[in-house]
Amino acid sequence: MKPPAQNRKVSTASSAGAAELLHERELRRIVDTVLRLAKSTGAEEAEVHVDEVADALTRFANNAIHQNVAEHGLTVSIRTVVDGRTARATTNRIHEDSLRSAIEVSLSLAHRQPKDPRLLPMPGKQRYRAVNRFIKQTAALSAEERARAVRHACDLAVKKGQVAAGIYSNGQSQSVVGNSRGLFAAYRETHSEFSITAQEGPAASWAKANSTDVRAFDPQKLAARACQKAHLAINSRELAPGRYTVILEPAAVLDLVGFLFYDFAATALEDKRSCLNERMAKQLFGQNISISDDVYHALQQGAPFDGEGLPRQRVLLVDCGIPKNLVYSRAAAQAAGKRPTGHGFALPNEYGEAPMNLVFGGGDSSMDKMVTSTDRGLLVTRLWYIREVDPYEKVMTGMTRDGLFLVENGRVTGAARNFRFNQSLIEMLKNVELLGPAVRATGEEAFEMVVPAMKVRDFCFSEVTKF
Amino acid sequence: MWDLCTNALDTAKLRGATYGDVRVMHLRQRDLTTKNGQVGTLAQSESLGLGIRVLANGAWGFASTDRLTREGLAACAAQAVSIAKASALAKRSEVVLAPEKAYVDSWQSPFRKDPFEIPLETQLALLLAADAEMRQVKGVTLTETDMQFRKIDSWFASSIGSRIHQRKVISGCGIAATSFQGEEIQKRSYPNGFGGQHSLQGYELVESLDLMRNAPLIAEEAAALHSVSQCPEKVGTLILGGSQLGLQIHESIGHPIELDRVLGQEANFAGTSFLTLDQLDQLKYASSIVNVVADARLDHGQGLGTFAYDDEGVPAQCTDIIKDGTFRGYLSNRETAHLVGLDRSSGTMRTESWNRLPIIRMTNVSLLPGTWDYDDLISDTHDGILLETNRSWSIDDRRYQFQFSTEIGWEIKGGKKVRMLKNPSYSGISTEFWNSCDAICRFDHWTLWGTPNCGKGQPMQTVGTGHGAAPARFRNVHIGTAFSNQ
Repeated sequence: MKPPAQNRKVSTASSAGAAELLHERELRRIVDTVLRLAKSTGAEEAEVHVDEVADALTRFANNAIHQNVAEHGLTVSIRTVVDGRTARATTNRIHEDSLRSAIEVSLSLAHRQPKDPRLLPMPGKQRYRAVNRFIKQTAALSAEERARAVRHACDLAVKKGQVAAGIYSNGQSQSVVGNSRGLFAAYRETHSEFSITAQEGPAASWAKANSTDVRAFDPQKLAARACQKAHLAINSRELAPGRYTVILEPAAVLDLVGFLFYDFAATALEDKRSCLNERMAKQLFGQNISISDDVYHALQQGAPFDGEGLPRQRVLLVDCGIPKNLVYSRAAAQAAGKRPTGHGFALPNEYGEAPMNLVFGGGDSSMDKMVTSTDRGLLVTRLWYIREVDPYEKVMTGMTRDGLFLVENGRVTGAARNFRFNQSLIEMLKNVELLGPAVRATGEEAFEMVVPAMKVRDFCFSEVTKF
Repeated sequence: MWDLCTNALDTAKLRGATYGDVRVMHLRQRDLTTKNGQVGTLAQSESLGLGIRVLANGAWGFASTDRLTREGLAACAAQAVSIAKASALAKRSEVVLAPEKAYVDSWQSPFRKDPFEIPLETQLALLLAADAEMRQVKGVTLTETDMQFRKIDSWFASSIGSRIHQRKVISGCGIAATSFQGEEIQKRSYPNGFGGQHSLQGYELVESLDLMRNAPLIAEEAAALHSVSQCPEKVGTLILGGSQLGLQIHESIGHPIELDRVLGQEANFAGTSFLTLDQLDQLKYASSIVNVVADARLDHGQGLGTFAYDDEGVPAQCTDIIKDGTFRGYLSNRETAHLVGLDRSSGTMRTESWNRLPIIRMTNVSLLPGTWDYDDLISDTHDGILLETNRSWSIDDRRYQFQFSTEIGWEIKGGKKVRMLKNPSYSGISTEFWNSCDAICRFDHWTLWGTPNCGKGQPMQTVGTGHGAAPARFRNVHIGTAFSNQ
């Protein structure tokens, strides 16, 4: 096979833009080549994933760009099946001899293991709902354009006597999966992100946005917001640990509830490591909590198919506080007597599946309403270093960061020193008093989801730090 | 490979770069897991590519590609220079590098048994046998085992004339038993949580672990934890086992000493550090028995932070971090060394792969052994709690306030381990905690633990770090905080 690498285009040095992706037909050629080679090598079945990424990221700190990177890569991941056994080999070398070698590695691994009693024949051809998440303007954003936007954001910080740090990134990626039973699925998307931390002395605050469409957010508005909140965060005072009413901005909600996603995997329940074991169909959360997994939601991203190429389905996971449904890979569905939902990871793996596109139901409370309705509480910008302390009660620990504000008598009265929390997510989702509209939220602990701001009573802060 | 490097450097120079360095890397990895007696993951991967970092107009640019043709390399190098020129649109000062010699060298990490040459059947048979041992214990509801092997070749070339080839072989292995009973999930892992032990060794690491002897022990402990008392909340004496102490070092010493954090370069993501520049040689970081080094040399051991040269072409070094309790040194690179009065980088620039920019990372940040025999340490403790095997870890973005929980605890009364405790945790402020250390076990209890999953940087990159530690004792520690209000 003539290596498609010869056809890969890299933009000229003058634009410093990201490399262009291969045309889908080039990826299809790689899939077809692998399937042909696998058949001739003795594989009973074969599956191919081809993933290509072209990303760029400008990083700034101390009001200047200090790192500025671009990457371009393509990987071919091959799974073969022989005599009820399967294994995977991955390479980024796409000459025919390299692909043949990867197939041989996959077959060799597959041959040398016990039979897998849960292994199913590969799925055949599927139908997919079209999603369009490739925005030309996002893909075209250049290093110069990112640098100018960063310069403007830093100039604002300098003007306010502050120090800015953050990133501005953009990129494009595509994935195809095909198998020897005729399945073929393709998806491409763009992504962009701006994040900024403004520091004023020991105080800091933060703002971040993320979208397929770089025009969906304004870096300068985000910079202005971070600078304004950093100024509000100066002169923080130490409060006693304890239970507080909290107003969690969407990023704070996201980074907490992001730790719930794997609990909705059927395999996690089968393995008895989900917090939903023996809790399905019971009133676990408050009646104002509903959660779906919906890759087709307008604010979501990601491919409309799973690791085996099955179409992703919208699944109602929690209805009015009651866990109703799980997601299933093909093997998990077979074991449970259910239909697969299109949430499986690429095989072979021990985790099965997971919902990757969570959408929480929102409410109509604005942040202002949450503040004005609070006699005494804390407004939380962002959470940090969240880890699981108790997997069944879903107790999470972590820190507040970059803007913790005291609310008294319906208004923000000052900044507070950062707290450590130890809080059960199950308890938290029973204690939600108000919900904002669900938005696409982005943080640093969980992948992006659609979640609302929340006002929560009795949130447990256990200790305070020194700033 | 050297031709690829030279081509890229030549193009960068032609385009206006005043400095450049190139890393061609070939990474090979094998992953094996089992779960409940069945093979889970069985996969092998390889990745080959090139990354080039350049200075142009006094600012940095980096680009990477897996298109290793003459045209692909030229485009990648040109892109790096263009990016550097874009960076210069928002610079405040020119990048200045500490001087460094050019080196031409080749190095391979020592190993006795190449893990990629060990038959897969042998590896799987061991994992499945350990898995079966754990499943025999009543009350165990989930068993997991894993092995991971990597072989990494890197060819580093720089415009000052360095040409360095390094080959590293890394192995990792661990087992875990989980028990769900009533309304509680308990788990025990061996030899460490989150994937076991990892080091710069061959398959001999796996053979040294004695999985078959330890599998039933941890399985029985996982089941037994359900029926023991909750770890009490109190201020008291704490003894940390070696692996947990390794993570304590990582979080409360290793990260704060990274000079890029100190200088604000990680402020938006990983955070900053309480170790501001005025603290150097002044701060009483720890009690006087505490000595900590950052040592990438092979003399220190075969850790995940061991190498001959860092990814900036600087030879491996040993740096005093804490000497007799006083803060003595940072982790630096060629760009930041002069800011702390050094005339040379401490050699800590590391990258995850060819497509990532090298950044300041921990090497092997280790607590040097003390003088205590382990049995003597226990018998010398009148009233305390011994904690082993990490379950969760968290610390604030300036590295002051931490909280850890472990899989298992043991109450010590009158110099004896008297009972098992579940859900143990402890918390504190980094410097207060280290100043409360009053006993460290000696070298025969010391292990160079591997932390394979240290994430930092944007885009995120994960590297392995090493942490030598022996069990140690701390006084007046807040114990049991994580569950105090649940």
